[in-house]
Amino acid sequence: MCSLPVPREPLRHVAVTGGTHGNEMSGVCLAQHWLRAPGELQRPSFSAKPVLANPEATAVCRRYMGRDLNRTFTSSFLTARATPDDPYEVTRARELNQLLGPKASGRAFDFILDLHNTTANMGTCLIADSAHNMFAMHLCRHLQLQTPELPCPVFLYQLPGEESYTIDSVAKNGIALELGPQPQGVLRADLFSRMRSLVGAVLDFIELFNQGTDFPAFEMEAYSTVRRVDFPRTEDGDLAGTIHPQLQDRDFEPLQPGAPIFQMFDGKDVQYEGKDTVYPIFINEAAYYEKGIAFIQTEKLTFSVPALPALTPTSTPAP
Amino acid sequence: MASCHAAEKPIKKVAIFGGTHGNELTGVFLVKHWLEDGAEIQRAGLEVKPFITNPRAVKKCSRYIDCDLNRAFGLENLGKNRSEDLPYEVRRAQEINNLFGPKDSDDSYDIIFDLHNTTSNMGCTLILEDSKNDFLIQMFHYIKSSLAPLPCYVYLIEHPSLKYATTRSVAKYPVGIEVGPQPQGVLRADILDQMRKMIKHALDFIQHFNEGKEFPSCAIEVYKIVERVNYPRDESGEIVAFIHPNLQDQDWKPLHPGAPVFLTLDGKTVSLDGDCTVYPVFVNEAAYYEKNEAFAKTTKLTLKAKSIRSSVH
Repeated sequence: MCSLPVPREPLRHVAVTGGTHGNEMSGVCLAQHWLRAPGELQRPSFSAKPVLANPEATAVCRRYMGRDLNRTFTSSFLTARATPDDPYEVTRARELNQLLGPKASGRAFDFILDLHNTTANMGTCLIADSAHNMFAMHLCRHLQLQTPELPCPVFLYQLPGEESYTIDSVAKNGIALELGPQPQGVLRADLFSRMRSLVGAVLDFIELFNQGTDFPAFEMEAYSTVRRVDFPRTEDGDLAGTIHPQLQDRDFEPLQPGAPIFQMFDGKDVQYEGKDTVYPIFINEAAYYEKGIAFIQTEKLTFSVPALPALTPTSTPAP
Repeated sequence: MASCHAAEKPIKKVAIFGGTHGNELTGVFLVKHWLEDGAEIQRAGLEVKPFITNPRAVKKCSRYIDCDLNRAFGLENLGKNRSEDLPYEVRRAQEINNLFGPKDSDDSYDIIFDLHNTTSNMGCTLILEDSKNDFLIQMFHYIKSSLAPLPCYVYLIEHPSLKYATTRSVAKYPVGIEVGPQPQGVLRADILDQMRKMIKHALDFIQHFNEGKEFPSCAIEVYKIVERVNYPRDESGEIVAFIHPNLQDQDWKPLHPGAPVFLTLDGKTVSLDGDCTVYPVFVNEAAYYEKNEAFAKTTKLTLKAKSIRSSVH
């Protein structure tokens, strides 16, 4: 498996972004708290920068104002000429690209950790772009080992050939934390403290790496997108049914061919008609109704991740 | 011979409201479904009208457009001169009052069921506005008995200052139905099934009543609002503490003096003051952050109703 280049010098420029979606309250409240009291984000070799990514949406407790910020970090949005008609999030994506990027440049931040919540029963999910991102795979492995009592499934979101569009793609590397279930606009103390300690563990991993720790090779299990599945709908696009009670809250559990996936309002069931066992995630996420996604079908992958070599004191930037 | 029961007129006109809050999806989709196929809610001799109360908020999947429709039915709002400058929900309240009221008049609908969801762990909840309403106490007793062993709680919002002017208050008998927990903008099959059953039993009760069945005197346990509790905030109004994990999801359970209520960002616990055990409801409801309500304190009491029988028999 080909791998992306791993960092060969310490990660000094690290950002923690919350409120990328303004109604996902764990990250909103953590970012706001750390902007007032950033001490918790300091490590000997770096100080992570807290960023409230979408302050206007946060102020009104909505996901976004004009469009989804976390789908706006593509080159076409970031490089197009600004116009007065640009949605707020397009303008804000360019600001963040200046602050934390520019994307794909040598000046970009080394790492962005982006904080999210979902209404789905995803538990503690770690989201990376792909298995090729060896540094992120080692980080995810580290988080899993830190909390053996707490499953931390890894979701690889990027489809082959798809351009990256998320806020963490502005930095040279990054992952997102996705904690659920939590309703939009609600802050639950249990998820808040879990996210807080995970952020601490991410920063600890970066510190270990910066200090010259090496990390051995291992076998990784992760879930990768197969397809996105919409709700059953009426002719005019309205919902005609909802997630079946037997599928609700069963994120990351195997879904067998023939199992019910939707319950129509007239009481009929709709079955999963695929041939392969899949692992549905983001089941009944509030924000995905408008995207036409009732859940995401994933496949479970197992692959080898090579060792992450230690930084050497003489490491120099690549030419 | 004098009758010992309260004789009441048969029920003629019933409405079922969904989408009073546009992001509480169970009522939205039940009402939309019944507008397409209403067989399930029809009863002989009874007009049952399903109705979407806040269509613009439903389209946007937000609680409201300009202001909370479910607080807009005060006589002051309903009596305002019609003008495009009024908030959308005030104009809509006047339309609803024309269609289903007028409030406090003989022409108004007999019963309005208003369907709501909460992010709080409140299960099946019936909301009562008047502790002396024998007919609704009898109805709630019937619904509770029919749902058992599934619990169904009754929340009494009768209070000199804390009661609010609800959409359903246009009817002679206003009934709030609140089922949770369900996130805003999400439709769960289990919650949908529970709300559907509550409506079925309510309509069955009305049918039995209209047919002349006598309902003997009864008593129900209710939780009466005594106080709304705000989040701890700093000088600038920012929330500095959240619902304590021990209180989260513990709606209707006794909360004793000294029990943890909030947890601050620094990890400090804030305890319940006072010397009374209370029963918290609407614990961590998303829509109440802006209303400065972290939860409401209630006390438990028993309401009695006389036997009732429709006066046609």
